[in-house]
Amino acid sequence: MTARVGVVTFPGSLDDGDAARAVRIAGAQPVRLWHGDPELHGVDAVVLPGGFSYGDYLRCGAIARFAPVMETIVDAAAGGLPVLGICNGFQILCEAHLLPGALTRNQHLHFRNRDQILRIESAGTAWTNVFQPGQEVLIPVKNGEGCYVADPATLDALEAEGRVVARYVGVNPNGSQRDIAAITNPAGNVVGIMPHPEHAVEALTGPSLDGLGFFTSVLKHLVGAPA
Amino acid sequence: MPRVVVDVMLKPEILDPQGQAVANALPRLGVNDVASVRIGRRIEIDFTGEPDLDRAREIADKLLANPVIEDFTVHLVEADEPAEARS
Repeated sequence: MTARVGVVTFPGSLDDGDAARAVRIAGAQPVRLWHGDPELHGVDAVVLPGGFSYGDYLRCGAIARFAPVMETIVDAAAGGLPVLGICNGFQILCEAHLLPGALTRNQHLHFRNRDQILRIESAGTAWTNVFQPGQEVLIPVKNGEGCYVADPATLDALEAEGRVVARYVGVNPNGSQRDIAAITNPAGNVVGIMPHPEHAVEALTGPSLDGLGFFTSVLKHLVGAPA
Repeated sequence: MPRVVVDVMLKPEILDPQGQAVANALPRLGVNDVASVRIGRRIEIDFTGEPDLDRAREIADKLLANPVIEDFTVHLVEADEPAEARS
């Protein structure tokens, strides 16, 4: 049976269409979810897409965290539902306390939009299991508030537990501590990533097809997981 | 009726690039004696009844501030006071 992967649309989401497209190219059925609807419609995994939910008012992701759909997602994530937060989705996961730390204004204050090399540090998550640890991938980054910060104890714990999922290689585009581009929760089912794998799934528009691996990973994860 | 004011500031150890950008612009105004600038956010809350500082702290802790990167303080001001008069 084809896996059903939900893509949430918040007011101000931008990349929900591309995320749904990436899900389809990876071989799953995208299911559009609405921020005001707490029902997950039987999806097997969820993507929180990039954009500017609720206009980024107050702080990025601060208001989206209280959307009805998020309450259901937080509970389901605790039960093992794979959740990928991309860019604004990563910010929402941090605000919802599904991931530690916070994302702050890029240190140089400029919006950064370019193709970025990342090193996959952990291939043990639901969203990165088709990669090799240490593998480098090329994926677009585009953010104004992508600087990952956490207290030193949290950073040390992330490193020690293998929960840094990807790091920026070469130039760090936003000042993120320890070059962190993506992290995961202790169970490995929730991943937040600042760059945009959904923009690197087709030769016509992407710099590579490397982003597809994040979406095929979750399909592999779902096949291996008990139904 | 008094109004609750919540002030949210980035924690001292968190870099404030906005504040730095402002500080760096000051010499262009001829101001050369400012050591640092940090930027925060002021939120004014009017309750329907008596102002409830504990409730305001809860709102600040859960929504207005992100305790990972920000500190907040809560205090009361007179609501009828026009904004201009506060400066």
